Parts: sequence; C-alpha cells; structure tokens
Amino acid sequence: MPFSFPPSIEPFVLPALYIVILVAVFPLIAGYIVLLERKVMADIQVRLGPMRVGPHGLLQPIADAVKLLIKEDIIPAKADRMVFWLAPVISVVTALVALSLVPFSKYFFVADTNVGLLFLLSITSVGILGIILGGWSSNSHYPLLGALRSTAQLVSYEVALGFALIGGLMVAGTLSMQQMVHAQLEQQMWFIFYQPVAFVIYFIAALAETNRTPFDMPEAESEIVAGYHTEYSGFRFALYFLAEYANMVVVSSIAVTLFLGGWLRPFPNVRLLDFLNYAPILAMFVLAFFVFLGASRERRPIDKMGLAGLGAVCALIGLLFLVPAVLDWVQGLFWFVLKVFLVLYTFIWIRFTVPRYRYDQLMRIGWRWLIPLAMANVIVTAIVMILF
Amino acid sequence: MPESILNGLFFYVLAVVILGGAIMTITRRNAVHSAIWLVVTLMGVAGLYLHLNAEFLAAVQILVYIGGIMVLFLFVIMLVNLDEAAKQRQFNRQWSLALICTLVVLVEFGFFLMRGAGSFAFAEPGQGALKPNTELMAVALFQDYLLPFEIASLLLLVAILGAVLMAKKEI
Repeated sequence: MPFSFPPSIEPFVLPALYIVILVAVFPLIAGYIVLLERKVMADIQVRLGPMRVGPHGLLQPIADAVKLLIKEDIIPAKADRMVFWLAPVISVVTALVALSLVPFSKYFFVADTNVGLLFLLSITSVGILGIILGGWSSNSHYPLLGALRSTAQLVSYEVALGFALIGGLMVAGTLSMQQMVHAQLEQQMWFIFYQPVAFVIYFIAALAETNRTPFDMPEAESEIVAGYHTEYSGFRFALYFLAEYANMVVVSSIAVTLFLGGWLRPFPNVRLLDFLNYAPILAMFVLAFFVFLGASRERRPIDKMGLAGLGAVCALIGLLFLVPAVLDWVQGLFWFVLKVFLVLYTFIWIRFTVPRYRYDQLMRIGWRWLIPLAMANVIVTAIVMILF
Repeated sequence: MPESILNGLFFYVLAVVILGGAIMTITRRNAVHSAIWLVVTLMGVAGLYLHLNAEFLAAVQILVYIGGIMVLFLFVIMLVNLDEAAKQRQFNRQWSLALICTLVVLVEFGFFLMRGAGSFAFAEPGQGALKPNTELMAVALFQDYLLPFEIASLLLLVAILGAVLMAKKEI
C-alpha cells in the first residue's frame, strides 16, 4: 500500500468516510423514495404521476427540494421558538444516527457494536421526542392532537415491536447486526422461516412506528390537517420529511437484517446458484436496456438526451462491476438494497390499498392482539429451542 | 499519555452535561423545558455508562428512561393544563435557612474531600472480560439474583395494578 494512515486514527478513517457518504447521499435517496411512492400511487390509481420535470419526472425530487429550501420559513407568533427550532433537529439527527448501525453489506457499515439492535431501538425511541415537541411547541390545536396521538401509538406499538424482535433474536443468539447476518449464513436459513409470526408482528408494528397507513393517525389529513407538522414549512418541514423516510429505511433494514438474510444472496450455500453472484451486472445492463428503450420513445430532444445519458451511466456501472474486486464489494450492497426496496414497496403498496383505522381500533389491535401474540411467540420459541 | 487524557476529558464533559442539565431542569419555569433538560441529563448518564464499557446498560438507559419514561412525562405534561401553574409562585422564599443548610453541607463535603483526597480515582473501565455485555447481564439477573429480580418484578406488578385500580372509576 503506497499510503497508509497512522495506526491511532486508522480504524476511524473508513467509518468517517461512510458517514460522509451516508449523510451526503441519503437525502437524495429519500427524495427518490418519495418519487417512487408517487409513481406507485399513480400506478395504483391508474394515473401517470409526475411527468413534467425531467423524463418521466425523474428530476422531480430535486425540484421539490429546491422548492422547500427557498420557501419562506414561518414560525407561528405564539410558538415556543427554541423548542420549535429543536424538534425537527431531534427527529432528523436520531434518524440519521440510526442509519449508522445498519449493515449495508459485509464491508459497508459504519459501526457494529455488540448491542447493535438495542441501540437502534433506543435511538429511534428518542426520535419520538421530535414529534412530541414539534406538536407541542407549535402552540396550535391540530399539531398537539397529532403529537398526542403519535405518542400513544408509538408507546403502545413499541412493546409489540420489541417482543417480535426478541423472537428473532432468540434464534440469532446475538444483538450485533453483522452477527445476525452471519448466523443466518451458518444456519443456512433466513429467520423469517423460523419466525414467521414474529416477522408479521414486526411488520405491522413497524408500519405503526413509522406512522404509515393504515396507522397514520398522527398525520391523518382528513381529520387533523397534517398532525404534528401542520405549522412547519419550508426547510423545517423538509427535515421532518427526511426523518420520516430515514425511519422507513431503518425499520425496513432491521426487518431485512433480522428476518430476510441481510446482505446475503438467496441460497448463499447452494453452489448450483452461484451465477446469482453476477446479478448486479445483469441488473445494470437490463436497466440500461430499458432506459435506452425509453429514450427512443421520448419526443423532446432534451429528454431523449437525458435518458440516453442515464442509460450510458448504467451501462458503464455495469462494465465497472465486471472487475471482480468491485463486484465482490458491490455484491452484498446490491442484495441488501434490493431487499430493503422490496420492503419499502410493500409499505407503499399497503398505503394505497388499506384504509385508515379508527383510533380505538388501532389501540385494540396493538394491545389485544399484537402484544399477547408476540409474547406467546417468544414463549413457544423458547420451549421449542429448549426441547430440540 | 493521550489515552488517559481523553478518558478524563470525556468524563468531565459528561459531568458538565449531566450537572448542567440537572440545574436547568430544576430552574426552568416551563414544565416542558424542564423535561427537555432532564432528557439531556439522562443522555449524559448513558454516555457515562458507555464510557465505562457498559454498552447494554447505556442502550437500556436510553430506551427505558428517554424513550419510555420521558415520553410519558411529556404526554402527561401536555394533557394537564400547566398555564395556571406557571403563573403561580413555584419557589419558597426561605433564602436564609436554605443558605445555612447549603453552607453546612458544603463544609461537610469539603471536609470529606480533604480527608479522602488520596482515594479518589477514575473508575477503571472493564477490560476484555466484560465483552459479552448482554450475556453477563442475563446471567446476573436470571441466575445469580433470580429471586430478588422476581420480587422486584412482583412489586412493579402490584404498583401497576394499584395504578389501574385508582384510574378506573368502577370495576
């Protein structure tokens, strides 16, 4: 190696680099998840969705971000200014810190502590403070109602969420996020097949934790305008939005890591399926093919050129993956991101399929069904593990 | 020795955060502001645990105290109308008596600090033996001290039942 860091700072160099990448790239990714959500929504409602900014609305997230940044920043006259300022910061900081514990691949992770999952849960539970304080400091009725609803909901569903995770943890035998993936490699089984009940409970509780439909009472538009962030505008609103989507990614990542094999490819122990290792290359070239196909159908020359350029970039990345070292590095990341996006797609799918619950129904589901079921799952798992 | 200096620095920064947060907690007039400063204090305590290599305890401190108890505190504060309380007098006007008491305590503390100055040292973080933090905790709670643990949980259950009984109008 021609250049190396002194040993005292060497272990911090890569994590610091990853932190910079995550903080820099994640807002962009969140913007494109929003675009994905709008496109899937449009598809389900038989519309086209955003089509104007860029080819197929591909530049819409950037236009949205610019709009939010240059909007007037309004603070209500009777708001508690300090807390009003602090609340979105708490939300976004906790959401981004939680990303640091997510094992994106064998090589790409910021930190892997021996209490990883517990830390993730505790950090996300601090994020609730951002919602409560934001609703309270606005000094307005609807935000306060939204904050109260979300507090009750989050506290109730956190219990079920925790018990569902315990089921998975008992099989994994570790709290470290990387070790969980290795445990699934060693036991040659995704834990969703050992713990299907826990996975379903976790998924429902995660929907409630991230305030997604059918549990989006805290921000139900038809009842309380926009809930806790009604009085927020411009950049502060953008921060809440970013935190919400970061939380979605974090809960999906936990589901993928604990139940769906993390960054492992499907059937990692079957030699016969080793060709799946080349899936990233194939995916890139297929993507490039479809983008070129789309480019040939565009009318405006600028769209044609934009899409062709995107296709060329995809093809180039595909060519880059042909280098074995790069492919090895990208391998885990590809499968992890693919799985996370499948879970996110399910979130979005459910949002536009299932109507919102009433508040008492929400509480009944949480306390009467999910928590006892999750407890029973833990007990049954323990008995089975002792017996066999 | 940069290691030990760094350790000391962490400790003092955390100590300032904890004590500063605690002072702010008791001096704010607004109950929500007090709660926010209490969160800062609890965070500092979690930092101290982390500093002593007790990761499990630090994570549970944040999860239980900040994610659970403080959230419920804020919930209750928002439900109760505190505008009235904020207008009322919140402190007793007994400066002279308080001053005497504080001075006595200060002298007492000073005396003990002088006498035992030699025995003060930073707590040493556990070495490699503390590594499987969660397992050690589990063994301590569920094997070595199972009976006290169960008694404590029974007490908590009784407290919960009492709270439900008081909250419910008819049973």
